[in-house]
Amino acid sequence: MSYRQGLYPLLKKENLAKNIYSFTILCPQIAEEAVCGQFVHVKAQGFSLRRPISLCGIDKQNGTIRIVFEIRGEGTKVIAGLREGELVDILGPLGNGFTLLSPDKKAIVVGGGIGVPPMLQTAAHYGENATAIIGFRSANAAILERDFKTLGCDTRLCTDDGTMGQKGFVTQALETRLNQPADIIYACGPGPMLKGVVALAKQHGIKCEVSLEERMGCGVGACLVCACKTVKDGQEYMKHVCKDGPVFDSGEVVFE
Amino acid sequence: MADLSVTIAGVPFKNPVIPASGTFGNGREYEKFYPLSKLGGISVKGMTLHGQPGNPPPRVAETPAGMLNSVGLQNPGVDHFIEEELPNLMTKDTVVIANVAGHTLEDCAEIARRLDSTPVHMLELNISCPNVKQGGAAFGTSCENAAAVTAAVRKATKKPLMVKLSPNVTSITDIAKAVEAAGADAVSLINTLLGMRIDIRTRRPILKNNVGGLSGPAVFPVALRMVWQVANAVSIPVVGMGGIASWQDAVEMMLAGASAVQVGAAIFSDPYAPVKIIDGLNQYLDEQGIEHISELTGGVRPW
Repeated sequence: MSYRQGLYPLLKKENLAKNIYSFTILCPQIAEEAVCGQFVHVKAQGFSLRRPISLCGIDKQNGTIRIVFEIRGEGTKVIAGLREGELVDILGPLGNGFTLLSPDKKAIVVGGGIGVPPMLQTAAHYGENATAIIGFRSANAAILERDFKTLGCDTRLCTDDGTMGQKGFVTQALETRLNQPADIIYACGPGPMLKGVVALAKQHGIKCEVSLEERMGCGVGACLVCACKTVKDGQEYMKHVCKDGPVFDSGEVVFE
Repeated sequence: MADLSVTIAGVPFKNPVIPASGTFGNGREYEKFYPLSKLGGISVKGMTLHGQPGNPPPRVAETPAGMLNSVGLQNPGVDHFIEEELPNLMTKDTVVIANVAGHTLEDCAEIARRLDSTPVHMLELNISCPNVKQGGAAFGTSCENAAAVTAAVRKATKKPLMVKLSPNVTSITDIAKAVEAAGADAVSLINTLLGMRIDIRTRRPILKNNVGGLSGPAVFPVALRMVWQVANAVSIPVVGMGGIASWQDAVEMMLAGASAVQVGAAIFSDPYAPVKIIDGLNQYLDEQGIEHISELTGGVRPW
């Protein structure tokens, strides 16, 4: 495995919802090495730290990657201000991806808000054998539903306020889905959501992997700022989201 | 091509650019970008006597032209470094500097004693970490404590000894003179400046440790001033650091009196920063017709 850092052309930019952007970037070497669940570290011109953004799509044939991100502050605003044809400063691919089973297994991907994009490439591996449970605050924040449907996934959309899809949290939709068997669950989203998903997975005895987020520095495991508490054989360890994650086995993560 | 080599405390460096402790791990991660042999040296992640888990997250906050960190010296301990990291590092054809960060005077001396029988090239005694409750900056903020811990480590090892100073003091020159008198072969400065950020919605500090160390371009002018003052106050070599992000910054730092420089936070946004600085220095010296880089050291012409 090697890391690459360079300037890569932004081929396609889309505004998916308020403050949410999709970038398709031409970077064949990164696309070639990347696996789903990994992330890239994107430079915002004028800022000291890069922004970690999970891969939403990897197209090895066309040599492109897709990232979908939300404007959270000034740095992501600068990144979102890049125009098609301009260059994006990227470091990647970083971190560890999801464990993929044989595509004929039954997988459930659960995403909440801006945790939905990293689920898309994972769902693509399973196609029609994947159930995609995606949740948003409201209809105006909903993204990527069509993309999951195009993959053939059984797509179940929830909104907190009921303005689109089913009213309620993704954990409720997951509980319903678990009336039928599943082989693996993947999840990414806010802490309380992950905690709920992990509890359900445990209750049903299904393997579960979660993708975590933490304020990050170097992105490669050197600076040790993106610490997260994990547990193994009853003992707690500080691991790091960038190098040990961002994907962790659900049994390993200590939710505060 | 100009001669970039420098000698500090009797240790020859092929060039004066060293990734700073805590920003480069033990080099393994950055070896995936370029061979470590390009670097003058590596100051490895600070080590305590026994391993420690560090502070709870969040441990980082961005600031204008910089960042705060509150890692808290997470590390697996000196023995782990000696057994698992050092043998690999010693094959990389670069100077290896062990950063010693004990909680007590006895800890620091014991770490130095264990390193003394290894092939490590140099020790950097960290009396300036702002993120730990015991030791760290507590050593580095009084002349008496700084001198005492330096003397204790000096007694424990024959290795060249550099002491890394804290900027969070009334007079950094007094501390520098105290550690020089206590047997330091060189000083490095500055460690981070203690800082803070608050989330105005939650009213919580962004760092779980409430406060943390400021680094990045924001601190460069402060670092430069301190290096200049210290270089004029001591006769041992000074290694300058604090916000260096470009070869121009490195030239300024050397003109202020540094014999070599360390590069830290810049590596996070550009992993190639140390290598680009080396290339830039080379070109600058050629353009200026300077044969040897040490001619820059202390070359500022103050008014």
